[in-house]
Amino acid sequence: MSAGQEAPGARQPSVWHRFKRWRSRCLENEVLLGYLLLAPTVLVVLGLIGYPFLTSIFYSFTNKSVGQDAFIFSRDPTVLTTYIETDEDGNEIGRYTVEEEDKNLFNFVGFDNYIALINERIYRKAFVNTFNFTVTAVIAKILLGLGMALTLNEVRRFRRVFRATFMLPWVMPTSLSVLGWLWMFDPQFSVVTHLLRLLGLHSWDVSIPWKADPQLAMASVQVVNIWRGTPFFGMMILASLMTVPTELYEAATVDGAGWLQRFWYVTMPFILPVLFAALLFSFVRTMGDFQIVWILTNGGPFDSTQLIATRAYQVAIQGAKETGLGSAVAVSLFPFVLPIMVLYLRYLRREE
Amino acid sequence: MTAISRANPRSSRRGHFFKRAIGFISVRNIILAAALAFFTFFTLFPVSWMVLTSFRSDQAIDTDPFAIRLEDLSLDQYARLFTDPYFPFPKWMLNSLIVSAASSAIAILVGGIAAYSLGRLRYKGGAVIGLAIFSTYLLPPVLLFIPLRVLAARLGLPSNSVWTLTLTYLTFLVPFISWTLSSYFRGVPIELVEAARIDGASRLRAMVVIDMPLVLPGAISMFFFAFTLSWGEYMYALTFMSQKMAYTVPLGMVNEAHVGDLYFWGKLMAGAVLGSVPVVIIYSFIMDYYLAGMTAGAVKG
Repeated sequence: MSAGQEAPGARQPSVWHRFKRWRSRCLENEVLLGYLLLAPTVLVVLGLIGYPFLTSIFYSFTNKSVGQDAFIFSRDPTVLTTYIETDEDGNEIGRYTVEEEDKNLFNFVGFDNYIALINERIYRKAFVNTFNFTVTAVIAKILLGLGMALTLNEVRRFRRVFRATFMLPWVMPTSLSVLGWLWMFDPQFSVVTHLLRLLGLHSWDVSIPWKADPQLAMASVQVVNIWRGTPFFGMMILASLMTVPTELYEAATVDGAGWLQRFWYVTMPFILPVLFAALLFSFVRTMGDFQIVWILTNGGPFDSTQLIATRAYQVAIQGAKETGLGSAVAVSLFPFVLPIMVLYLRYLRREE
Repeated sequence: MTAISRANPRSSRRGHFFKRAIGFISVRNIILAAALAFFTFFTLFPVSWMVLTSFRSDQAIDTDPFAIRLEDLSLDQYARLFTDPYFPFPKWMLNSLIVSAASSAIAILVGGIAAYSLGRLRYKGGAVIGLAIFSTYLLPPVLLFIPLRVLAARLGLPSNSVWTLTLTYLTFLVPFISWTLSSYFRGVPIELVEAARIDGASRLRAMVVIDMPLVLPGAISMFFFAFTLSWGEYMYALTFMSQKMAYTVPLGMVNEAHVGDLYFWGKLMAGAVLGSVPVVIIYSFIMDYYLAGMTAGAVKG
């Protein structure tokens, strides 16, 4: 409705009033306001996560490397370029056309990247390592975390102090604490070796090649991951342990249940859902772990600690900077992340 | 107990001390003490070894890192972090500070209003959108660093810039913050808001007077939690920062504290300890919120 159509004598609403009326309409309309306030976050999620993720899947089907920006579908990378030859005055004396490769183009290669990966020894190794690393570390973290939670739950005095201490590995910036582990696994002056020697478990003449021996190197990076991740499980399980009503334990004791039975029949049902959620969450995080391995062993020795994450970085950012192949390495993790994400979201929905 | 002491009159006379001592030394307490000792050692030993090394001179470390003498301890390694022009540690601290503060502030702002929308307002599709946003938090950064680098190049964003890095940090902060804060908004009793509305307060007024003050402590704590997450981030920093002066603390420490295979352990540990200090300070202040942030998602806030 334009201003001219309003009844004569009615006061013209000022810009400020119109803004206020528009504002209150937005504010009072729950649906409109709801979507409006969500917009920036949706923009971030779509622009910085959704779109890049989809382009990554797209790149994994191309032969793109850094610097190539124009996509053509054809597998034929040649272009026809016409050169015009001129004399000194700028007059055309002839022109010829040549086929040459355009360095700026990248094209669709179908499943070539994935097939190349399957045939690549390093990738196969990284794939196996990633699952070895993840499964071992997650199981160890569950067991240690359970132990940590049960211990803390029994502590009467100084519980907060102990809890604060036990959380420290998780709180410290991982990249910096891994530097501490780098020092602890030093080939010459490893304090871990020193402790083993003091306990009489290792000879003083031989050092332990923590990072040089393929099997020990894998164990070392797993230990660091376990060290960092145990508090997460510990705190998650502790939170659920504190919700178990004490009457249940008393009732079980009266009924003659031993500590193992009490744990299995009273405690377990309470902590199982949380344990499940923590398991899923930790699985995704451990599978995508990068920094521990990158800082500690750089994937070596002989790719014995190479993970999908570190391999993706090597292929896509270092060396030949093959964005397409590197994307294929990274994206190959997604089929394993997706079902866990779905399970986790279903768990969250059920909780609501 | 009385029955036993009557049967053994001798032990009952000395009994008080032993009874208490024996009462304390039960199987349960021995196991508990052992478990506490184990976990304290397990969690604290690597940190203590870092701190100890950071207080020793290069010479002492190179001769025998395990022979610790009190007179050896000094703050030299820390002083060196601030005096070596080829090792711009203060600049890295500044870079980390800018990136962490900026990304956390933006994420709180953007995620905060989304959290209000998800936690307070009722509309169709809200729950599903909220879950969809949170699901992206589970996506490992490994799946994003390659395309984000390409995207930044295509948008012409400057490389080695703290602002480009800030933008990438939003990818893990915004979904996380909108999720955790929405549960805080849900925790504000709807009756309070409705009462204010009936008394004639506009929604904006109710937002400012009722919701904001109640959520503020949580929001501030989540800001600091996000700060610690960004402070320790490594992978995106590695992907986007390639110049020494643009490094963040983790990147600088990893890249610059060694020449080939020769590591300067004292300096490295001093930097790692000092780089962890801001995080540990924040943690000591907001421990309970820290726990909430750590377990967010799985244990509903």
